[in-house]
Amino acid sequence: MNILADILTSVGMWEAVLRIATPLILGTLGVLLCERVGVLNLGIEGIMTFGAMLGWLAVYNGADLWTGMIVAALGGAAFGLLHALLTVPLGLSQHVTGLGITLFASSFSYYVFRLAVPTASSPPTIEPFRPLEIPVLSDIPFLGPVIFNQTAPTYLALVLVVAIAWGLNRTPLGLAIRMAGENPHAVDAQGIDPIWLRIGTIMAGSALMGLAGAFLTLAAFNSFFPTMVQGRGWICVALVVFASWKPARALLGALLFAFFDAFQLRLQTVVEGVPYQLFLMLPYLLSIVALIVMARRARVPQALMRPYRRGER
Amino acid sequence: MRFERRDHPSRVLTVLAPVGAIVAALLVSGLLIALAGANPIRAYGLILKGAFGSRLGLSEMLTRATPLILTGLAAAVAFRARLWNIGGEGQFYLGALGVTAFGMIPAVAAMPAGVVIPLSMAAGAVAGMILLLVPLGLRLKFGVDEVVTTLLLNFVAVLFVSLMIDGVMKDPLAFGWPQSVPVPDSAVLPKLMDRTRLHVGLLIAAAMAVVVWWLQSRTVFGIRARAAGLNPRAAAFAGVPLGTTLIAVACLSGGLAGLAGAIEVMGVKGYVTTDLSPNYGYSGIVIAMLANLNPIGVIGAALFSAIMFVGADSMSRALSIPSYIADVTVALSLLTMLVALFLAQYRIRR
Repeated sequence: MNILADILTSVGMWEAVLRIATPLILGTLGVLLCERVGVLNLGIEGIMTFGAMLGWLAVYNGADLWTGMIVAALGGAAFGLLHALLTVPLGLSQHVTGLGITLFASSFSYYVFRLAVPTASSPPTIEPFRPLEIPVLSDIPFLGPVIFNQTAPTYLALVLVVAIAWGLNRTPLGLAIRMAGENPHAVDAQGIDPIWLRIGTIMAGSALMGLAGAFLTLAAFNSFFPTMVQGRGWICVALVVFASWKPARALLGALLFAFFDAFQLRLQTVVEGVPYQLFLMLPYLLSIVALIVMARRARVPQALMRPYRRGER
Repeated sequence: MRFERRDHPSRVLTVLAPVGAIVAALLVSGLLIALAGANPIRAYGLILKGAFGSRLGLSEMLTRATPLILTGLAAAVAFRARLWNIGGEGQFYLGALGVTAFGMIPAVAAMPAGVVIPLSMAAGAVAGMILLLVPLGLRLKFGVDEVVTTLLLNFVAVLFVSLMIDGVMKDPLAFGWPQSVPVPDSAVLPKLMDRTRLHVGLLIAAAMAVVVWWLQSRTVFGIRARAAGLNPRAAAFAGVPLGTTLIAVACLSGGLAGLAGAIEVMGVKGYVTTDLSPNYGYSGIVIAMLANLNPIGVIGAALFSAIMFVGADSMSRALSIPSYIADVTVALSLLTMLVALFLAQYRIRR
């Protein structure tokens, strides 16, 4: 029991929770935006891979870290545009298109990476984001080092939760986005073209997915390698259901999830005799449990996965 | 410009869609090859030469097509009934593990090959089925969307394989490498060509395509599965038992993916590792779509993918173009196929 208490009261553990949560927060917000406007975006796994690769490559070639983040967001938005063009004006199957985007974006990322960086025994590295200590606030006992000694993208992710929650619930644009996910005909009747609204929102959501990927290579690690996203994108898709499509709950879900992840990482080092694979399975199994718990309770956007064509019902 | 639904999807365009899709994907990939500083025509020439130019190349291409036909069929039967089984990768691994576990039963060693081979395949298929029945059960019981659960279970399945081949199924003679004990000699599939890796699994896979075609077009099960996919409410109203139909579809789909893993172990590898599958499960989804979910078409689509994968390996050695270009082309052909099918259903009006 002592060991558990030690883990749960250590600053390092809680600091790691926020760090592990960051890509999940960004990715979940991205999926949430797409789904609130009525489109499932299973491209996330590939878009995260692309953001991770592109951001890293930019920095590796001399750009500064924030330029890397912006490039990753733009790269994500570009794949978002492709996804949006196929699923919104053409109304193609969102399941299959998303998977296609994932397969295309990840293999394209590996292709570009291999072209730009010839095979080496150990992957080349960059100088990643360093923790940014916020004066005064970081002196608060316990909470200070946990919350206010993170890398800049983590602060960005937290700000984005508030911004997106406010934007969706308190602005006319947010209202239009939510309406497009519930009843696009009503949006059209208001004189707003739901097609363009959906395309724009999917691009914004995909930009966030690109950022989520870039956090992995520019802050969490310092190099890019194939399959590094490891299903984090799919976990984000599950977290959106768990969050019942609400940004604040998405933050909560990502934190809860990261808590279990950080906890199992530490537990692995102290508990003996349990194979490490069982610990590694936990995040995926937890996501499935989260889906089971919320499946019937969640309020799904009514027009999710229904393509909109004017004059067609 | 707007799109207008055709009264009937154009037959000609539907049949031509895969060809158009592949050509479009090759054009885009060709651009990527050109941007990397190589001549795309030469690259595609080398890909064809790699896949057809030698006895070894041809046998490798057909060896690679074998599991792809089966995972393609697995996705095709599921998608037709709107069961979004994206878990082919995990089911493939469990099938591989199932066949190895079956081989470890002491009594198996005494049985003749004629008994061991079919039973081994069945063991692999059952393991694949079980992995798909879990997410289907969650969908039927709790309303959980199976897309995400099957995707997540892929990661669980590979970790489970890792757990097993690190533990009870570890080969003590593998110098500490994490690989399973080999399947018994009596479970090894006979070769089709001497001094190559090509094995009778190819014929089994092709036969399965015919069996699936027969099931889908000539049986009540096929009609019910199709009805459940086209319009579940109408199907239920017409008396189709949706639950049992979906369970049967899941058994077939998971079983085919599991069989792919079993056959790969019995025909090629002989044992299980965690890098047994270069994304066979995910490629199966592309292959199913490229075949427009037609089981016989799956064979052609699997051959196309296998040509790209095997050919790109040898092309990449000659031109220093990363062999990932094959994955890019295959993934792109999924997206172009979707657009091609759209154009068969809609016409563009100004």
